[in-house]
Amino acid sequence: MSEVPLSATADAALQAAPASKARGYWTTVGRRIMRDKVSMACALVLLLIFLSAILAPWLGLEDPYKGSMIRRLRHIGTTGYPLGTDELGRDMLARLIYGGRLSLVIGILPVILAFCIGTSLGIVAGYVGGKLNTAIMRTVDVFYAFPSVLLAIAISGALGAGILNSIVALTIVFVPQITRVAESVTTGVRNVDFVEAARASGAGAFTIMRVHILGNVLGAIFVYATSLISVSMILAAGLSFLGLGTKPPEPEWGLMLNTLRTAIYVNPWVAALPGAMIFAVSICFNLLSDGLRSAMDIRN
Amino acid sequence: MLAYTARRIVYVVPIVISVALVCFLLVHITPGDPLVAVLPADASQELAAQLRAAYGFDRPLPVQFGLWLLRALHGDLGSSIATGRPVLAEVMRAVGNTVTLAIAAAIIGFTMGILLGLIAGYFRETWIDKVATSFAIAGVSVPHYWLGMLLVIIFSVQLNWLPAVGAGPSGSNSWAWDWAHLKYLVLPAITTSVIPMGIVTRTVRALTGDILSQDFVEALRAKGLHERGVFRHVIKNAAPTALAVMGLQLGYMLGGSILIETVFSWPGSGFLLNSAIFQRDLPLLQGTILILALFFVFLNLLVDIAQAAIDPRIKRG
Repeated sequence: MSEVPLSATADAALQAAPASKARGYWTTVGRRIMRDKVSMACALVLLLIFLSAILAPWLGLEDPYKGSMIRRLRHIGTTGYPLGTDELGRDMLARLIYGGRLSLVIGILPVILAFCIGTSLGIVAGYVGGKLNTAIMRTVDVFYAFPSVLLAIAISGALGAGILNSIVALTIVFVPQITRVAESVTTGVRNVDFVEAARASGAGAFTIMRVHILGNVLGAIFVYATSLISVSMILAAGLSFLGLGTKPPEPEWGLMLNTLRTAIYVNPWVAALPGAMIFAVSICFNLLSDGLRSAMDIRN
Repeated sequence: MLAYTARRIVYVVPIVISVALVCFLLVHITPGDPLVAVLPADASQELAAQLRAAYGFDRPLPVQFGLWLLRALHGDLGSSIATGRPVLAEVMRAVGNTVTLAIAAAIIGFTMGILLGLIAGYFRETWIDKVATSFAIAGVSVPHYWLGMLLVIIFSVQLNWLPAVGAGPSGSNSWAWDWAHLKYLVLPAITTSVIPMGIVTRTVRALTGDILSQDFVEALRAKGLHERGVFRHVIKNAAPTALAVMGLQLGYMLGGSILIETVFSWPGSGFLLNSAIFQRDLPLLQGTILILALFFVFLNLLVDIAQAAIDPRIKRG
């Protein structure tokens, strides 16, 4: 009987230790990133784009679907249409802001899904090891044999056009990449003393992975995943640009860029606007991810 | 070296087979009947069954895969549904144009990347470094199909200096290395080069910075070696990793050219892939992806072997 409370307290102590350390660590990281001007500027830009996309219906914008044959392809700065109109006479400002809703979802959701799936697969492969590791990692290798653009287009091309299909295709592209990172960081911590201690005190494999491994590898995987958002935004809009993602008349940046391509001889700068939105989101996520990476690198 | 090369080649075999399996299965995740593109809408049940047997779609999947792989090994990837021509010939003709584009882009992107990376690495934390790093970040963050459009707007629409689309004055089939053809290559090549430029800059910058901060560099300088000699050591130490990154980037340019080729109507493999997707030409889709993926696998193999040839430490790992 005396053994039970002993191991329970030991386990509780082990659980408490990394958690309290983690809180201190993340506070430090947060403070460091708050001091980084570039990261904060990017966060602000992203916040503005996200908020305007979410609040689009309440911003008093024109109807993004309503066109008019007599006011097609107005220039930037036309009264009433600050960013001009598109090839069907729809207000560009409204379409760019509404466009954020779909564009951000199809760009970011695949990374979130891949983060969940890839982290689970990678931790299991890294912790359990042996045959299971070989099976998971060799499967991952197969997907590495395709350039990511080609893989995304191959899958969504085979599945056919559609928002859901493009999200599935991009998730499949990112799962192997995140799995590989998760596996390598997990392999790095699986034999650390406190994991050994937990194993010796009788903790099950699932508990060890959930309590001891996850907290120690999540940061590194998270930073890697944030760096993928930029690529994902470009690829998701790229699929729509090719006609494999969103379908008209939905406002979405990649699709808008495609339908406006024919207008580059008439009104080139209006035609280029949706791409500027993709670029802004993509570069902000890239810089933010860089900032996060250096903020988390406490040793320097 | 020979043993290492042999081991690497053996390791590639299962990858090649799995890549073929993925390409084979692509057609089978396609919703609907794979025969839908060849069958008339009012075809009778018997005709459908006959065709299914003729194409071998009535056999179990593993058997179909085995037969398909066997034919593919003999260079038979079937015929395009849209044109009726053999898939392999169609793809190989288009791949030539993609290789031209990728090599031109590699020359621009790698040269720029190495230069910017070295400069940034040597002048770390100065304004020169900041400018070079900003270039690199912009290069990897820009949606390249949009950059292509911008270049067309500036250099074709506004200035009328360079053609906006196509691969030559007389259609697509006769490429030549003269200005009449080269001016069609300029914009697509610059557009393709920005991502490798950014990635090579970041890699070379990190490598140079790391090497310069190592003790042996200090020792070389203390020993009185002139800067040119130190620079040679930096290059030697950075080469294997930089080479691997560049090899991988070349592979990405070859395989991921579809968006740029679509923007510029460049008649390469990406353009072919695009038309295969929209005409539901499944044999062509499958064949193009298979060949591009195999290119990528073999390029990676070459990079691994080249890397081991330069850096003997890799062979032991």
